[in-house]
Amino acid sequence: MSSPPVAVAVSGLSKRFERGNVQALETIDLDVRPGEFVSLIGPSGCGKSTLLRIIGDLIQPSEGTVQVNGKPAHQARIDRDYGIVFQDAVLYDWRTVARNISLPLELAGVDRRRRDERVREMLELVELTGFEKHHPWQLSGGMQQRVSIARALSFSPALLLMDEPFGALDEMTRERLNNELLQIWQETGSTVVFVTHSIAESVFLSTRVVVMSARPGRIAGIVEIDLPQPRGPETRESPRFAEHITEVRRLLRKGHADEAIEGETEAPLYVAEEGL
Amino acid sequence: MASAAVVQRGVAPRGATVGPAVRSAGLSVLVLAVLCAVWEAYKWIGERAEIRWPFPVNERTMPHVHDMVGQLFEPSRRNGPLLIDVLLDAAAFTAKEAAVGFVLGASVGFLIAVALSQSRLLQRGFLPYIVASQTVPILAIAPMVVIWVNPKLPESFADWGAVAVISAYLTFFPVTINTLRGMQSADPRAVELMRSYAASRWEILWKLRVPASFPFLFSALKISAPAAVVGAIIGELPSSIQDGLAGAILNFNQYYVSSPPSLWATNIVAAALGIAFFAVVAIAEKLLVRRAPENVA
Repeated sequence: MSSPPVAVAVSGLSKRFERGNVQALETIDLDVRPGEFVSLIGPSGCGKSTLLRIIGDLIQPSEGTVQVNGKPAHQARIDRDYGIVFQDAVLYDWRTVARNISLPLELAGVDRRRRDERVREMLELVELTGFEKHHPWQLSGGMQQRVSIARALSFSPALLLMDEPFGALDEMTRERLNNELLQIWQETGSTVVFVTHSIAESVFLSTRVVVMSARPGRIAGIVEIDLPQPRGPETRESPRFAEHITEVRRLLRKGHADEAIEGETEAPLYVAEEGL
Repeated sequence: MASAAVVQRGVAPRGATVGPAVRSAGLSVLVLAVLCAVWEAYKWIGERAEIRWPFPVNERTMPHVHDMVGQLFEPSRRNGPLLIDVLLDAAAFTAKEAAVGFVLGASVGFLIAVALSQSRLLQRGFLPYIVASQTVPILAIAPMVVIWVNPKLPESFADWGAVAVISAYLTFFPVTINTLRGMQSADPRAVELMRSYAASRWEILWKLRVPASFPFLFSALKISAPAAVVGAIIGELPSSIQDGLAGAILNFNQYYVSSPPSLWATNIVAAALGIAFFAVVAIAEKLLVRRAPENVA
């Protein structure tokens, strides 16, 4: 078997930030199967970004373990199993689009010809062919985020970790990129863990939505999304889509009855989550 | 395609940079003309109104602008070469010292920054002394530098090598401080991304932190370039070097009473040399930083 039965296995995971004495996550258990698209949703301070960073071995848990494809998260990082996309594209201004995308390949020691080939494939995948010589500051926000996704996919990582990748974009661009991301996910067959604030986005994209509650961060419930694939604009208009949204919204309410959740936005509660 | 149109607009101003360059040069000339006019107006009024404060206005304290410039095209002494030829020779000599000092100082400053960026402990230990090095008056250490450096130099650097070192001493400090800041300015998420690509510490340094520091580095170089010229002129004094601008300044100082415009003319040439150094760095920055060439990362 080339693909192990579990892509990500999180067990008994807790994270306590000594600075500020914040219990960010408490005993999280979560399994992600290969090829799944799992969204983490919850209010600010529920630790969803922290969980993503721990899975990616960017910060260490206080307790518990993370196994990725059957090995510890640290080994997975060294093996370049992660493609990470943040809310901001975080592109290098001094590099062209093509050289931004090829950076992970450079670091992996891939030779020039294979790199160029791969960059061309990636640009095609995110529909930016013809922009390889441009610099990031010459692109719109949506285009920059597509470059960032192309960069994360360039080295075919086993796992794509996305931290509110479309959070800074306008609603129309966001929906278009949602469609594109689903297409990319189906073409590449990669496993995705996706952090979002948007209920509609999580339902539209995911095979499963993990709803989290805050202080301390816990899993309030998991919603299986059985909307048929491939999904498109018409998916958003189906009754089943609305039902799933209601389901997720109820779980969010249940998770923290005292915190107001209105539609897709939430009360902007300041919690030292992103900064830490 | 709408997106292509956006990009086209983004590119267009870059091709049209000649326009703004000409305009800003024109503006500089205009400001220079206004400054000269203010000088001449103050002199004209001052002489007639007999202004005594803060200094009496006369031909000696405030020579005419056209006399200063005109002096450049008079013989420097009876039957000698034109003053401008003498001063250009002196400026070329000082420029050589300043250029070597600038390159040396910038390189050393950059390397110190790279070394210090690798350890907070090193930074805390060494930064106070690096700051302290700049509080020592250059005139106080110049004689020591001359004694330490000159005997060890090869023939072609003899005499003026110490001056280059003194000039480097004034150059390295802004480069170290700014480059260090620039390397710390790298986006923390960019560092996280590098870690997710399993980049080594060395790769994070050369592919992320150093290129991220370039805008800061060039701000520092723009401060350092004219400072290198000042450092070279000051360094020439205790080295008793006669061939540079310091020699000319000392010389015309002595003859100020009989010929004030000569010293002023020397100052104009020295200032022009500092501006030229600045301009070279500014042009290099335009070529290297904004357009992010292949060799940056």
